Amino acid sequence: MSIIIDKDTRLAISGLTGREGTFHGLRNRDYGTRVVAGVTPGKGGQDVEGIPVYDSIAETVSEQGANTSMIFVPARFASASINEAIDSGVDTVIAITEGIPVMDMMPTYWRAREKGVRLIGPNCPGVLSPGKANVGIIPAQFFDPGRIGVVSKSGTLTYQIGNELKHAGEGNSSIVGIGGDPIVGSDFIDILTLYEADPGTDLIVMVGEIGGDAEERAAEFIAGSISKPVVAYIAGFTAPPGKQMGHAGAIISGSSGTAKAKQEALEAKGVRVGKSPTEAAMIAVDTLRASS
Amino acid sequence: MDLLEYQGKELFARHGLPVPPGSHATTAEDARAASEQLGYPVAIKAQVLIGGRGKAGGIKIAGDGTEAYEYASQILGMDIIGPHGEGPFKVHELWVEAGSEIESEFYASVILDRSEKKLLVMLSRMGGMDVEAIAESDPDALVKQHVDPIEGLDDETARDIVSRSGIPSEVADQVASILVDLVEVAHKEDATLIEVNPLIVNSAGKVILLDSKVTIDGNALYRHPELEELEDSVAGDPQEAMAKERGLTYVKLEGDIGVLGNGAGLCMSTLDVVAQAGGSPANFLDAGGGSKADAIVDALEVITSDEKVKAILFNIFGGITRCDEVAKGIIEATRRIGLTMPIVVRLDGTNSEEGLALLDEAGMTNLHHESTMLGAARKVVELAASETEKN
Repeated sequence: MSIIIDKDTRLAISGLTGREGTFHGLRNRDYGTRVVAGVTPGKGGQDVEGIPVYDSIAETVSEQGANTSMIFVPARFASASINEAIDSGVDTVIAITEGIPVMDMMPTYWRAREKGVRLIGPNCPGVLSPGKANVGIIPAQFFDPGRIGVVSKSGTLTYQIGNELKHAGEGNSSIVGIGGDPIVGSDFIDILTLYEADPGTDLIVMVGEIGGDAEERAAEFIAGSISKPVVAYIAGFTAPPGKQMGHAGAIISGSSGTAKAKQEALEAKGVRVGKSPTEAAMIAVDTLRASS
Repeated sequence: MDLLEYQGKELFARHGLPVPPGSHATTAEDARAASEQLGYPVAIKAQVLIGGRGKAGGIKIAGDGTEAYEYASQILGMDIIGPHGEGPFKVHELWVEAGSEIESEFYASVILDRSEKKLLVMLSRMGGMDVEAIAESDPDALVKQHVDPIEGLDDETARDIVSRSGIPSEVADQVASILVDLVEVAHKEDATLIEVNPLIVNSAGKVILLDSKVTIDGNALYRHPELEELEDSVAGDPQEAMAKERGLTYVKLEGDIGVLGNGAGLCMSTLDVVAQAGGSPANFLDAGGGSKADAIVDALEVITSDEKVKAILFNIFGGITRCDEVAKGIIEATRRIGLTMPIVVRLDGTNSEEGLALLDEAGMTNLHHESTMLGAARKVVELAASETEKN
């Protein structure tokens, strides 16, 4: 089993006709994802390597039965595209685009919540369910099918941990990149809830980083609502206060949101936290084997 | 992007908010001329992106031209250390401002609350001290109210916040109107933080914004060209300025080990592992996804322009990034800038074998390869230490 995407996913890609959109869209299709349509206003009727392009996301729902939308359009147009996707009738919107202004994302976030549409991202690598479907830019070769669910704020760190799990002979039910922006559609808690309910997931690895309080809130939630073992890794122990390190979300001020505060919050609730990505992967493997 | 006090006040003034008249100066002579124009007393204020200026001696009140000149000379060039040891921040600019007679001091702020995904307005009748101190000394004195993300802040809610704060009724309407305007500034200018401390009542009973701390969302600068221009003037550090020019995400740190990784998370993790191995990173540099050879050359030039750097660690996990491209960049950059300091490379992921083969063929004696992150961190720490001994 897996979460969010699988063999039933019918994907429409906004921005498919762009350079990056074409590259990753075709990679997703090559992996086995059912890419049913692309969307670019004004280019309806064209196709990209056989994938039909429509003017609107709503048309891909009515014409091709799309149930998932991926957003690959430039930042300044992206929130409008996400809004269009939320209103189109798809269940899930996965926004890869980086650099969307937070004041654009705020109303978009609430729109998705109100309409009951699952939004992943923005500024995230997407979702991969190994052996079933890949939506986004996660390099699938580092992940095998298996029973560990991964949820992460960071792309490359996730690949690192996935690769270590693979070398240790373990695989993943799904890998979800939630993104590191100040406002993202789905938080750790949303994804932990899905993994808890997924019979194909036996253990959850969460990868966090400095900024915000999503990890602290996740710790509380895990204590009350998650019965499966959770292993964590947090990046950013040496980040100086007040400096921004790449991800717009990774800003810390004062002591709230520091890596140490997050580690302590998680450990206080019984979550084991690895000191390095390698150690986190090893703890996950050991815990999984001890429990089965 | 953080704005200096005067840049924030100019932003406020553009939205019709009441700020004291003032003038920007970069020399003591200019500061005196500005003071003469404004009339005495004037406040001579250091413009740095850190709190605690007053305590550090960065704000002085001048009663005449001689004092204005003297204080300005003292403050210009001063190194200001933040309340948590941040910095030093060297003072290059001054804001010369007409003195205000302060009857009372309040605190007001609008901040993006990431947990709630809404703007949060905070108001207190106790201003002049930091918000943590207010929250601690008298939690009831700090009123917090989330703003409806679609509707914004209406007059009625603003008046309610003011009335709950215990701010005297004579100035309640002025403060409520300022709160509504501040929320509008946050929306229109893409500000994720606006803090006014203190918000004062002057002897004429007028409410004035006496300080400003404003953070603008860097992702939204494209729609604020006037703020985008300021950005260049703010970047103080030469390496950070150079990195910005080349489109790299670079943050300067205090140590002697140059670090380059791909992806912000992996890069932060690399800094942590270097610290765990007993080393001290000189920088954070995210070469980004799909790093090509040219980007690596740029990155190495930025890292090595920091004279503290004794050794460099490359930690690359190739997803979209191809390790052979990274290897080509390392080889080319080493040749181009005649790099002799030790470089430790850890290449994993897409095309890592091709990348390592290229590095082997190049036969660089200063290059060391490690297969794990931890091993690479230990190696670079060891090499940096032995370089330090040599000197």
